[in-house]
Amino acid sequence: MSEVLRTDHLSIQFGGLKAVNDVSFQVNEGETFGIIGPNGAGKTTLFNMCSGIYKPTSGDVYLCGEKITGMHPENICNKGLCRTFQSSQLFAFMSVLENVKVGCHIGTRTGFKDAIMRNKRYKQDEEFAYEKSLEIIEKVGLKKYIDTKAGNLSYGIQRKVEIARALATDPKILLLDEPAAGMNPNETADLMDFVNLLHLEHQTVLLIEHDMKFVMNSCKRILVLNFGQKICEGTPEEVRNNKDVQEAYFGSGMVTKGVC
Amino acid sequence: MKEKFALKDFVKKHSSIAILLAIVIVAVLPLIFKTSQTRILCRILMYVTLAGSLNLINGYSGQTCLGQAGFFAVGAYTTAILITRFHISFWPLLLLSGIMAALIGVLIALPILRMKGIYLSMVTLGASEIIRTIALNWQSVTGGAFGIKNITRPQIFGLTIDTPQKFAWLFLIVACIFLFVSKRVLSSRIGRAWMAIREGELAAASLGVEVAKYKILNFAYGAFWAGIAGSIYAPYLRYIDSSAFTLDEGFNILSMIVIGGQGTLAGPIVGAVVVNLLTEALRAISNWRYVVYAGLLIFMMWKRPRGLVGENSQVTMVTGEKSIKKNRRKGAVK
Repeated sequence: MSEVLRTDHLSIQFGGLKAVNDVSFQVNEGETFGIIGPNGAGKTTLFNMCSGIYKPTSGDVYLCGEKITGMHPENICNKGLCRTFQSSQLFAFMSVLENVKVGCHIGTRTGFKDAIMRNKRYKQDEEFAYEKSLEIIEKVGLKKYIDTKAGNLSYGIQRKVEIARALATDPKILLLDEPAAGMNPNETADLMDFVNLLHLEHQTVLLIEHDMKFVMNSCKRILVLNFGQKICEGTPEEVRNNKDVQEAYFGSGMVTKGVC
Repeated sequence: MKEKFALKDFVKKHSSIAILLAIVIVAVLPLIFKTSQTRILCRILMYVTLAGSLNLINGYSGQTCLGQAGFFAVGAYTTAILITRFHISFWPLLLLSGIMAALIGVLIALPILRMKGIYLSMVTLGASEIIRTIALNWQSVTGGAFGIKNITRPQIFGLTIDTPQKFAWLFLIVACIFLFVSKRVLSSRIGRAWMAIREGELAAASLGVEVAKYKILNFAYGAFWAGIAGSIYAPYLRYIDSSAFTLDEGFNILSMIVIGGQGTLAGPIVGAVVVNLLTEALRAISNWRYVVYAGLLIFMMWKRPRGLVGENSQVTMVTGEKSIKKNRRKGAVK
């Protein structure tokens, strides 16, 4: 099992606040890796550093052994890391198909000349984008919404479109930022099945999630952050029984009383 | 009502025939019109390209450029200067003017890559004014306040394009090429990248869209067509000076795309027709017409923010959606 994503003593500071402090972890190929932690623990900040939106104050990020620290988001995506956002960032006025087609951007090469002449390359690219988008949309189960404007869809379905869009980039690793947020229990169960399906297809996934059932079921390894620091890393079992984790979630009083 | 829907269905089913028919009708108009009416048609057709070019920047990549008059000026002056001084043929100049405007577009796009919203608009506004001021003060090249006179009319196969009638056809051909090429660009990966940037820059970047590159390309492309429009404008009037390229002109173009509908190819066409006809209709009240424009703009923002033909507007809405909306309103009343 080779490493796909690795961070090396990653830290970022906003003024006096150390949002993420000295966090190292490694995600291996084909793994579903979870990051959990109370609100404000720095999970999304960590994602933003991995995907190039923030530049870390110190430390490095490696994708398949290659250093990607401080690169632009588009270049990082080109290297094979794609992410979704916590607050839905869909292209609201474009149809679901068009949304996913944008994900095929890095797989295609059409330039001005090709587009105007409608030459072979344009036709190949369009066909590729269309078929691939269709395949992914079917896989996610959104076939019936294909021509609907993304902004008109319900929140839960919008999240799925976002995942479909990210998958269209053929990522080596997919970063999902709270994919189940705003979903009803049925949708969450659907999503869980889908993440498990991705796991079966050997897609490496790194996800942040607050739904514990989701995380404990889907992820083989979990990283726990609190106040920007890594407090635990291990299997769901280990994390559940870790004292620091219990303290972070329930407070030290509850833990010493032995309620948990 | 019934006939109207039949027409709509026909347009939907045979769109290429409908478009061809529309082009033929417009092409025949100069033969029927009086000279004064043909002049109005010329203006409208020129603004189809000009407003369309701004629409590509504002409507498709969402960059709220207010300086389209500047690119227009660059195109007009490039042609005017080179044609009067060096007597170069008009046709290569047409292309060269577009390229010059595109280069200026790139130059303006570079500093605004880091800006958004109102700041971006202010820079483009300033750039447009800078171009006009240069044109006004660089006497040795642009003729300063006197402008450039006696711009040679273009010739093709020994035929001089001199009457408004012939210019109307030239403007029509250019507008058609513009719409055809833009349609193709927009339905490719480039167009999708622009729209993705409009909808969410961060998300676009996270999907591997090179945001900076596509913004620059977008400005260059929009400016190119504004330059082309300017290039024909110069020999059409035979005289240009800086007063034709003021901020008022920029806002005039902007009002067309806002009224017509940003982010649609048909929007600027409708906008160009409506605003230019309104200009003619309101000539009697001279400067007060600007008040009417302002009122109209506010009304559009309020009632139809995506323009007359904008997506989701009632004009182009399919009947099904319309009835849904009506029912919803009834439900709300209950």
